[in-house]
Amino acid sequence: MSTQLSTQATRQAAEALARSKGEPNWLVELRGEAAELAGTLGWPKPEKVRIERWNLTAVGSYEQPSAVSAISELPEAVRELVTEGTENLIVQRNSGTVWNQFSSELASKGVIFTDLETACKEHGELVQNYLFKAVAKDEDKLTALHAAIWNGGIFVYVPKNVEVELPLQAIFYNDNAEATFAPHILIVADNNSRVTYVDCVVSESGANSAPFVHPSIVEVFVKPGAHVRFSTIHQMAETGVDMSIRRSIIENDGQMEWIIGDLNDGNTLSDTKSILKGTGSNSDAKVISVGKNAQQNSLTTQAVHFGKSSDSNMVTRAVMKDSASAIINGITKIEKGATKANGVQTEKVLMLSPKARGDANPILLIDEDDVTAGHAASVGQVNPEQVYYLMSRGISKQDAERLIIYGFLAPVVSEIPVEAVRGQLQRLLERKLEG
Amino acid sequence: MATHFVIDGLKAAIDGKEILKGINLEIKGGEIHAIMGPNGTGKSTLASALMGHPKYEVTEGKALLNGEDLLEMSVDERALAGLFLAMQYPSEIPGVTNSDFLRSALNARLGEGNEISLIKFIRKMEGKMKELEMNPEFAHRYLNEGFSGGEKKRNEILQMMLLDPSIVILDEIDSGLDIDALRIVSQGVNAMRSEDRGFLIITHYQRLLNYITPDFVHVMMQGRIVKSGGPELAERLENEGYDWVKEELGIVDETVGQA
Repeated sequence: MSTQLSTQATRQAAEALARSKGEPNWLVELRGEAAELAGTLGWPKPEKVRIERWNLTAVGSYEQPSAVSAISELPEAVRELVTEGTENLIVQRNSGTVWNQFSSELASKGVIFTDLETACKEHGELVQNYLFKAVAKDEDKLTALHAAIWNGGIFVYVPKNVEVELPLQAIFYNDNAEATFAPHILIVADNNSRVTYVDCVVSESGANSAPFVHPSIVEVFVKPGAHVRFSTIHQMAETGVDMSIRRSIIENDGQMEWIIGDLNDGNTLSDTKSILKGTGSNSDAKVISVGKNAQQNSLTTQAVHFGKSSDSNMVTRAVMKDSASAIINGITKIEKGATKANGVQTEKVLMLSPKARGDANPILLIDEDDVTAGHAASVGQVNPEQVYYLMSRGISKQDAERLIIYGFLAPVVSEIPVEAVRGQLQRLLERKLEG
Repeated sequence: MATHFVIDGLKAAIDGKEILKGINLEIKGGEIHAIMGPNGTGKSTLASALMGHPKYEVTEGKALLNGEDLLEMSVDERALAGLFLAMQYPSEIPGVTNSDFLRSALNARLGEGNEISLIKFIRKMEGKMKELEMNPEFAHRYLNEGFSGGEKKRNEILQMMLLDPSIVILDEIDSGLDIDALRIVSQGVNAMRSEDRGFLIITHYQRLLNYITPDFVHVMMQGRIVKSGGPELAERLENEGYDWVKEELGIVDETVGQA
């Protein structure tokens, strides 16, 4: 059941849509090429999960966004995610941006925070240097399809030596399964800059009884000495298929932090990769996932070391209920010449039902002798000794298990940089774990 | 109500192998009982079976706390009924802070609608921690994770102090404790002595009993209490070991359930 994107038609359609939106020629061309590629390339093939069995065809069609004039006009599901008094917020609803708010103070420092469509028009040259440079449009059908149809999105540029104190927040909201929902997030942190970016991907469960797909790509460029903290929570309804590819290229002494909450109710492909290009570059990735019903999750973290003395750490924690499954891949690759590199990864799955499935696959690929690397993986159920210990203090079995499960996820949850998002994550976990 | 705890003909097995072969013991509020005995005689099994450890199967007998049979209850119900076991090997629970755990436990004990406010709880916890000379940072550490043996034992006593149980079992609370820690832990226990509370102290060594004076001392061998007496019995065991007891009772191998 693969997408039969009839090449000609789609190329024309992609180009026509791009032109109708007034996109620059280079982008129109890029979309056309990508559409053609999407017709010939195959879907990505993650380990042990056959995504081609998922409903990948429901990419919908473009829906003209209608901007709102106040946050109060946004749907409840969006409003509850907004940090009170925030100055930097972009909201995408279905196919385009409906709210765009950015502090003039940051703008005056040369920081750019806008939707990517606007950025392509207003900062075309800058965007062109980076767009689809970390993730190539011709990697597979997913990247090509995304390149052809992406919409809304985010562009962040932080100039040299500028430190953005407050988090930049984005919310991607879907309440129309017929609408193409394919944000692209592009973050460029120039030398010695610093920025925290936080987003949520959410769909209106009531409104979305039809299948839909969220093909998204994140590209982050961490220039020498820069520090980017990226945090995202995905909470789409059961009918949604999430395919999110994230990639970062980290230069000398750059630091990348990924904090990812894969909490969708539908099938999820989540692939997060750091390319540690520079000497002394550093990447830290933390991923949590909770699966329920018959949901399938393919969660991959990767670190590829080119730089000397580069350092990576990857932690994935997944809790699987019912007959949900999580295939967790951790790949640490250390290239020849990356001396003194250090790569560590941990994948743990907690299964709450006999039918739940967890699979942790740590992989170390090392082509250099002078390195250190380590991995730990475990798949198991709630430890009965721990439950007994807590119950022996009068805590009920249900509460004991709850404490243990939250404790299992705590190493990631406690790292979420924005209070409102952390609170949202807590509520979400409660809903998913106890619902 | 005055605490009254009766263990009546308790038999328990692990993996189908009988370890406890009929334990009878009566503890009243205000009393401290010590159970001594060499390794492998069933002392810790008694503690675990009373608390309801899932690996131990009670095959016969009763454990009546103020008339209610604990053995009919789930583990949490036993705790709420007033039983507390300071464990020899407390579990480590990553991601759950000590203070969150303590508050959950205390609120479970107080019952719905009577929960303690956060401020009151913190004040109470900090006060008890001070008595036990615990570093305040232990409140924010994950439960028992990375605690030394002595720190875990102090944390057990901290829980006992907060939960105010009516029957306390201390399972080898003295193992892994240096003299200072032993003194502090013993002070904690002594401060909890009251007419409403009974203690059952399980130990290898008489050392602990220099700090906590028992009213009754029992010797356990082969899964039974084979000899009972007053504090002088503990002293004699300290001085002469267990051989004379074995000789007196004609026991060759004191252990039970060993392969």
